[in-house]
Amino acid sequence: MGRALWTLLRRDVSLIVTRRQDVLTVVAFFVIVITLFPLAVGPEPEILRELAPGAVWVAAALASLLSLDRLFADDWRDGTLEQLALVPQPLALVALAKVLAHWLALGLPLVLLSPMLGYSLGLRGAELLVLPASLALGTPVLGLLGGIGAALTLGVRGGGALMALLILPLFVPVLILGSGAVSQVMHGGDFLSHFYLLGALLAVAVPLAPLAVAAALRIALD
Amino acid sequence: MTRKRRISWFKFASPPAFVALVDRLAPWLWAGAVLLAVAGLYVGFFVAPPDYQQGNSYRIMFLHVPAAWMGMFLYLLMAVYAIIHLSWRVRLADVMARSLAPTGALMTALSLWTGSLWGAPTWGTYWVWDARLTSTLLLLFLFLGYLALHASASDREKGGRAASLLAVVGVVNVPIIYFSVKWWNTLHQGMSVTPTDAPSMAPSMFAALMLMTAACWLYAAAIGLRRAQVEALEREVDSEWAQRMAGSTEGAEAPVPEPGAGRMADERGQG
Repeated sequence: MGRALWTLLRRDVSLIVTRRQDVLTVVAFFVIVITLFPLAVGPEPEILRELAPGAVWVAAALASLLSLDRLFADDWRDGTLEQLALVPQPLALVALAKVLAHWLALGLPLVLLSPMLGYSLGLRGAELLVLPASLALGTPVLGLLGGIGAALTLGVRGGGALMALLILPLFVPVLILGSGAVSQVMHGGDFLSHFYLLGALLAVAVPLAPLAVAAALRIALD
Repeated sequence: MTRKRRISWFKFASPPAFVALVDRLAPWLWAGAVLLAVAGLYVGFFVAPPDYQQGNSYRIMFLHVPAAWMGMFLYLLMAVYAIIHLSWRVRLADVMARSLAPTGALMTALSLWTGSLWGAPTWGTYWVWDARLTSTLLLLFLFLGYLALHASASDREKGGRAASLLAVVGVVNVPIIYFSVKWWNTLHQGMSVTPTDAPSMAPSMFAALMLMTAACWLYAAAIGLRRAQVEALEREVDSEWAQRMAGSTEGAEAPVPEPGAGRMADERGQG
């Protein structure tokens, strides 16, 4: 079972990474959304610093929403997904592997880039470590929840906008805890409690969300 | 004797029996809703005393609180039907869930609207990012997402199953969303205005509140069942029993007949 999953993981990561522009588009989107904040709000450093955790987190949530559109769509269109549903391994594990591959290829770059963008908005010192750490804990949860939305909207008219309506309300707790952790560091508060709760969300989402994704895929494949 | 008298509840999971049942129940539910609402509004406006702090503006609570309760309750109920639908493939459960959703969205929107009307004189603003307001707004989005997903699939059966799954995912997330929003709120701003619970309520106020809650509940049941009836008929529009039902209501003021074996034979003879 482990080997099958490893194979699927490698296949999915290399499929995404070979088409470099997919990764670049998502990263560019992330950077541009953050660039919009100073342009819209004004260049005053104090205001930008106050906004920074929220801005980076909103950009990350939107970027992951944007990229999740493609999570199952290509495999669904060319019939690979139907084949994957027939493999002896449970579909939930297949879903987990796909979400994980998706996060490694498209989520991790955002985590790695975030300190630079945080710096540009005025975060300093420890804040620049807490920001990527919060994203590293939180964006996998976004990917798992978004996977449910992506599977539910497979082959549906106007899938993208519909997915935003379905999934963004579910993103709220992650967004609150993630940007909250950075805000706490900025104001000298205790950010670990935020991390514990983010970790708890991740620990709940890893076993449960793939089951929902698998159920949604079965509905789509019917 | 006793065995004969027992009602077989599963019977009503079959659409024809359900449609007939709604025809019998709906008038009573409507009548109950109207009577209780009239009584509740009378007690609320003329019997209950003005609040010692808020004067008369508190009276919108008699609509606001039941609407907020109904919004949450209907989401839960919708999720219960969704679980039944997914577990046992009972189609009527999907019909019920789909029929409750618009009423739930309406109640949630109504509670936001009345809440902001109450907030204007009391808090001095129509909207604050208070934990309850924010989580109610998110609940409204969950209702709208359910309805949008249900409507989006070309195949109603498939859309229903996807939407049921979404309702189940949503109901798992509702407490998480609620507590995270509450936590966010206490951390971020020292609220200048908080929705304080009334320390003690005059009995007449409580009576009005309960009457209005019962009225809202009956209204939701009446409109939900009626919508489910239409939806059930619409989904099986080609079936013989649906044609018969449609024919019988088209016959102007004629009372809806009991679906009986004799009548069925008659119509077959005619056709």
